[in-house]
Amino acid sequence: MTDRRTPGADTLSFARHSWAGLRVLLVLTVLLGVVYPLAVTGVAQLTMRWQANGSLVSSSGERVTSADEAIGSVLIGQQFDGPQWFHPRPSAAGDGYDTLASAGSNLGPLNADLLATVTQRRADVAAAEGVDPSAVPVDAVTASGSGLDPDISPAYAQLQVARVARERGVPALDVAALVENLTLGRDLGVLGEPRVDVLRLNLALQTLDS
Amino acid sequence: MSATWIAVGQIGIVVLVLAAAHKPLGDHLFRTMTATKHLRVERLGYRAMRVDPDAEQRWSTYLLSVLGFSLASVLVLFGLARLQDKLPLDIGMSPMDPAGSWNAAVSFVTNTNWQWFSGEAAAGHLLQMAGFAVQNFLSAAVGIAVVSALARGVSRSGTDGRVGNFWADLVRSTVRVLLPLAFVVAVVLVAGGVIQNLHAHTEITTLAGQTQSVLGGPVASQEAIKELGTNGGGFFNANSAHPFENPTPWTNALEVVLLLVIPFSMPRMFGQMVGDRRQGWSILAAMSTLWIAAVGLLTWAEMAGPGLVPTAAGGAMEGKEVRFGEAASALFAASTTMTSTGAVNSMHDSLTAQGGGVALVGMLLGEVSPGGVGSGLYGMVVLIVVAVFLAGLMVGRTPEYLGKKIGQREITLVALAVLTMPAVVLIGSAIAVVTPAGLAGQLQGGPHGLTEIVYAFASAGNNNGSAFGGLTSGTPFYNTLLGLAMLVGRFVPIALVLALAGRFASQKRVPEGAGTLPTHTPLFVGLLVTVTLVVVGLTFVPVLSLGPVVESLS
Repeated sequence: MTDRRTPGADTLSFARHSWAGLRVLLVLTVLLGVVYPLAVTGVAQLTMRWQANGSLVSSSGERVTSADEAIGSVLIGQQFDGPQWFHPRPSAAGDGYDTLASAGSNLGPLNADLLATVTQRRADVAAAEGVDPSAVPVDAVTASGSGLDPDISPAYAQLQVARVARERGVPALDVAALVENLTLGRDLGVLGEPRVDVLRLNLALQTLDS
Repeated sequence: MSATWIAVGQIGIVVLVLAAAHKPLGDHLFRTMTATKHLRVERLGYRAMRVDPDAEQRWSTYLLSVLGFSLASVLVLFGLARLQDKLPLDIGMSPMDPAGSWNAAVSFVTNTNWQWFSGEAAAGHLLQMAGFAVQNFLSAAVGIAVVSALARGVSRSGTDGRVGNFWADLVRSTVRVLLPLAFVVAVVLVAGGVIQNLHAHTEITTLAGQTQSVLGGPVASQEAIKELGTNGGGFFNANSAHPFENPTPWTNALEVVLLLVIPFSMPRMFGQMVGDRRQGWSILAAMSTLWIAAVGLLTWAEMAGPGLVPTAAGGAMEGKEVRFGEAASALFAASTTMTSTGAVNSMHDSLTAQGGGVALVGMLLGEVSPGGVGSGLYGMVVLIVVAVFLAGLMVGRTPEYLGKKIGQREITLVALAVLTMPAVVLIGSAIAVVTPAGLAGQLQGGPHGLTEIVYAFASAGNNNGSAFGGLTSGTPFYNTLLGLAMLVGRFVPIALVLALAGRFASQKRVPEGAGTLPTHTPLFVGLLVTVTLVVVGLTFVPVLSLGPVVESLS
């Protein structure tokens, strides 16, 4: 058997293979693009409804599964500006924590604008918290990768305790206790970093007020 | 425990899981790709597809099937992107423009998953699950198919170049390997907090009284195969940095394992298919050496945090999530760039100059350490042939690999395969830096801007898909040119590898002699690693010097 074919025959053959490819693709699309995602959705909605719908919470901190009753997701950061709140990290998602525009700043390690921004943020946070600029932790002056980082470092949370307690007229010790209770350690002792979820923390503040 | 030991522990857990998984998974891949019987569901499928899964194809026919299937895939995906507003589950998304649809279609079919668009703002649920996610499975299955054909070529002799049946390879690797694994992983990811629903994005009022959208989508089912298939295309723009794709440190470690597990299991399959497990071990050793070196260097760079901004900020946390920190971000960055996955859990544009350089080199090594699903292994076999040939030149004997003579035809195919990617990367980058449309895409000028451009072409030409996200690539110029780079970077090596498989399958086996270079020894592993580094070094040193090296020194 020889290997030589005319170019014309090859073209015809390619058309036949493409047609077969299309049939194969359509059958596999039904399996992989319809049956598979719907099966996963079915299992998820039956067994893990809360997680599958976005780990949503109501204004009282209750777990809810419908966006209509929710004030947000504990997995997604929100903007908190007032002095009575714990503040999240700077965000490059839209105007800040815009879930329709998840993004980092994409600015490089030598970027002059980013350097100026970081320096400014350090001064701003130090002024707001009434501490020395050198006491401001790194997550307070850098934007996250997603722009939706729900967490801050325990150091940044502790730095904000005095201000939040003062603004709300509650004992600083109680606020500090909330931070400690809500601090998550590394998974399995080595995975990731310790962190505090800002939305959970701000929700918990309401229990102190009442 | 110091930060260093915690980072080592984190890498150690990933290594342990991979070490435990690669044998059973490699054996399962071997059984799947050498099976003689069809499952009932497969037989039903073949009947509906009207293809013959038992016809042994010559390499050229096999290649036509790969190309025909890929053409159909590009056309269907292009159509889905152009018409998404007319189809169900569009959740209000507009159709993509022609250049953007072309880029997206090519990107997912070539296992690149370069994304010029933001998923949450540009892709409806149907396009994601019936378009992108389907190609996440199938482009990975094509990789497994091609490397299986190559392994059959090596293990056969004296045939007329028959290397298997593409349709059977495609369907089996999907149905028996990728689909069951992805299903289990998807359910586990939901438990960690990855969403899985068909809701549209819904506006709500936040605790502080602002508006925000709650995102919906079948994310977990796509996330699972995105990592397993070394695809990397995020459901959302922020990819695996997004809390709905990667909510916790343990899901992050799981995702790192997933993107490495099939590429690291492939050598085991290969060793068994060519009838000598030691060959698999030596390939695994070479892959692991390069991967662990990159992980070590990148972790060191990010934890040390050199450079103006990291120094001023007190750490390299720009573009990184608090739950991951520097170490878990570096582990992910090294693994994703060395597997041709291209998912990111931190923004690579904001990596330190040294860290970003390692990520770039990780891709420029040609995605062989361990590389993409299937493509990593066939890329490595190509480099093995180069190494054997070089060693043959040194001692003046006709080189051979696993009983196959490496003659003029074989080395020509291999040389072309090795040169394709550098040609794509360097020519593409050169066009971009001399045209206004190319230069306009940079977010930052100077060496960092050059790195943004070279990174984009390295990512496209190697079918990686990660980005220095500052580059504005959603323009007709970049969409068209990067689309071409992805196509050439994917299908030219596949054609050459299948031709090589055909040559091997038609050769007679030469008995091992005194002059045969054993390819399972530590010495050979060292030679292979050196060849991999030298090929890249000689090709890319000039451009790396002008980009990340200059930046590191300033």
